[in-house]
Amino acid sequence: MNESHLRRMKDLPSTHLLGAGTPMCAGCGGLQALHEIYDLLGAKTVFVNAAGCMTLLSVYPFTPFRGSWLYTAMASAPAGAQGVRDALDILIQKRRIGREEDLETVVLTGDGAAYGMGLSATSAAIERNLDFLYICYDNEGYGNTGQQYSGATPHAAKTSTSTGPSGYAGDKKDLFAIWAAHRPAYVATVIGAEPLDLARKIEAAKQLRGPRLIIALAPCPVGWGYSPEETVNVGKLAVKTGIWPLKEYIDGHVIHTKVPRSRLPVEDYLKVQNRFAHLFTPQRDEAMLVSLQTKVDDYWKNIA
Amino acid sequence: MSAKLLTGNGAAAWGARLAAVDYIPAFPITPQTEIIETLGAWIDHGKMDARMVTLESEHSMITAAGAAAATGVRVFTATSSQGLLYGMEMLYTVAGWRAPFVLVNVSRGLSAPITLEPDHNDILAARDSGFLQLHCATCQEVLDNTLLAYRLAEDKGVRLPVIVNMDGFYLSFTREPVALPDPETVGRFVGEYDAENIRFRASAPASQAVAVLGGSPYSYFRYETHLASQNALRVYEELGKQYSELFGRSYEPVEAYHCDDAEWVFVMMGCFATKAKAAVNQLREAGWKIGLVRPRLLRPFPGECFRRALIGKKGVAVIDQNISMGKGGVLYAELASELYGQSNMPAVLASFIGGLGGRDISSEEFFTIAATLREAVNENRTPPPRLLYTEKELREVRKLQAIAHVERQQLSAK
Repeated sequence: MNESHLRRMKDLPSTHLLGAGTPMCAGCGGLQALHEIYDLLGAKTVFVNAAGCMTLLSVYPFTPFRGSWLYTAMASAPAGAQGVRDALDILIQKRRIGREEDLETVVLTGDGAAYGMGLSATSAAIERNLDFLYICYDNEGYGNTGQQYSGATPHAAKTSTSTGPSGYAGDKKDLFAIWAAHRPAYVATVIGAEPLDLARKIEAAKQLRGPRLIIALAPCPVGWGYSPEETVNVGKLAVKTGIWPLKEYIDGHVIHTKVPRSRLPVEDYLKVQNRFAHLFTPQRDEAMLVSLQTKVDDYWKNIA
Repeated sequence: MSAKLLTGNGAAAWGARLAAVDYIPAFPITPQTEIIETLGAWIDHGKMDARMVTLESEHSMITAAGAAAATGVRVFTATSSQGLLYGMEMLYTVAGWRAPFVLVNVSRGLSAPITLEPDHNDILAARDSGFLQLHCATCQEVLDNTLLAYRLAEDKGVRLPVIVNMDGFYLSFTREPVALPDPETVGRFVGEYDAENIRFRASAPASQAVAVLGGSPYSYFRYETHLASQNALRVYEELGKQYSELFGRSYEPVEAYHCDDAEWVFVMMGCFATKAKAAVNQLREAGWKIGLVRPRLLRPFPGECFRRALIGKKGVAVIDQNISMGKGGVLYAELASELYGQSNMPAVLASFIGGLGGRDISSEEFFTIAATLREAVNENRTPPPRLLYTEKELREVRKLQAIAHVERQQLSAK
C-alpha cells in the first residue's frame, strides 16, 4: 500500500459519483464509507446486494448508483456475484461482448449478512477464488430492523434485544480473521472517518484479482445512540482508542495501517454512545470498563 | 436422430447439452447427482463448451443461476427434494427477476422422515413461485421437455424460469430407449438466448430486482408475472406443434389417453401415470370405458385442456402422489376449482392419495379405484378422500414398531 499515489487528502477524487437523496438515516456511517468507496470504484461496477439497510438505496424507480445493481436475498449475495462474474467471463470468452463491457462485481452487505447468514456463501466464494470485491458496512447489529444484536455486536452494548443491565453478553466476532484464514487476495478494515486510509485500501484492492474483502465500521446514530453530526467524531474515536484497528491482510501477512501511538482511553469512545450509557450511569461499572480496556490493550500489546 | 438407452438423469443431461447451455451452477443431491456428473465429465473432456461451478448450497446455486441468466447467458441447473426446499426463497426471487433458465427437479419425498424415493410434495411446494412446471412420465419426455423448456422460458411473452420435473428412481435411474435429436435441428429449434434488456453491461447500466415501496407497484409486478405465466399455455401449445413437425413427437399441455369415448377417467401426473395407463389397458379389455388424463404442464395450469378432456364424463378419480397436510391431494383441489360450476361437469370427482415416498400403486388398486368411482356415481355421492394403504402394509409397519419396542425394552433393561 506504500506505493499508493494517494498521499494526502487532496489526492482523493473531487467528483462524487453516488447520488444524494437516499432513504439512509442522517449521519449514516455506512453511507459515508460507501460514498468514498464508490468515488474510487466508479460506474463500471455491478453492486450485488443482500438484505440490509442499503437495500433501500435502490427503490423503484430510483437509484443513486451510476452503474448497475442486483438485489439478491440476505444469505446469498456472494453467490449472486458468482453468477454475474461467471456470466460476464463466459460472454467475453465466447466473444459475445467485448472486454470494454466488463464490470467489477461488488458485493454490498451489512454485518447481519456478513457475520451470520451469508458467511457460508462468502466462505465458499473465497474458496472458489471468485474475482470480486466484498464491502461489509458493519453497524454492529441488525440495523435495518431496529438494531437487534448480531454476530458483530460488541460486548456489553445495549441493543433492542439486549436491553438488560449488562447489555450484550457475547463478543464481537473476528470476521477479519475468519476471512483472512481463507487466504484470499486481500482483506482490510476501513472506516469512513479515515478517508485516506480507506482510499488507499480500495486502490490496493482494485489492483488485485480474486476475493478482496473490506469491512467498514459504520457508526450508526440511530442504533448506537448519538447525534448524526457526531458520526465522524465517533469514527475517529473508534480508531484513536484502538477499538477499531485499521489493518490489511495481503500475501499472508497482516499489516496495521494506522497504529495509534498514544491510544485514548476506551471510555472516551464508549461514553459518547447511548448503547454504553449503562456503564456510566447511574454509577460507573468500573469492572466492565477495566475489562473492556484490557481487551483492547491485550490486542495492541504485540503490535508494533 | 439416433436412439440410446438413457436414464432420466442422462436424458436431462443430454437436454442441457443439446440446448447448448453456457453455465451450470450445481450442487449434488440424491437422486439428481448423475445429471451434474454427466455434464461435468462432458465439460472436462471437451465435449461441451460450458462452465460448471459447484456452489455450497442450493440456495446459492439458484441465486447464481438467476444472476447468470440476468447477466445474459443460458443457464441449466438441477436439484431434488430437500435441495429444492433449501433454495425455496430463491425460487420465488429469481422468478421475480424474470430470469429465464431451466432447472430439472428429480422428485423425492420430503423430510421428515427423511427418505430417497419419489413423490410430488417437493415440486408442489414450488407451485406458487412463478417457475413454470413441466412434468415428465418417460425419459424421452425429460429430454424433449428440457428443450421445449428453453423456448418456453426465453419466449418474449413469458421470460420465466422453468422446472422440468421427473420422478426420482423410477425415471432418474431407469434406462429407456431415448431418441436423441440431431444437434443441428435442435440448434435451429432452440436458437440463441436473447437477453433483451435484462442483462448487465458497462455501456448500459441497469438496476435489477430493486425494492418497491407499497402495495401498488408490488401488485403490478406480481400480476405481470402471473399474466406472463398464463401466456405460457399458448406458447407451449404452439411449441409442441413445431416440435412434432421437427422431431415427430407431439407435446400437448395435457395428455388424454383413451378419453374420447371414456365415461371414467383417472387423473395423474408424473411417471406413475404410466402405471395408470397400464391399468386403463387392462380395464378396457374387461369392458370399461375408461381413460387417463395427465398434465405435462402444471404451471401455468392448463384449465381449458382439463375441461376439454373431462367435461361430460361420469366420474373422475384424481390420484395425487402428494399430500397437503390437513387438506389432501393438491391436484384434486386444483381440478375441482377448474370444473366447479361448469355445465355438464363430471357427477363425481373423487380423491385418492398414493405413491408417497415411492410406495407402489398396484393394478389391483387402480381396479378398486375404478370400482369405487362407478359405485359413487350409481349412488350419486362423492366418496370421502381415500389414502391408499393395504392391511398387509400396515401389518409390516406394526412388525417394525414391535421390533423397535422390544429392542428399546431390552436395551433399557441392561
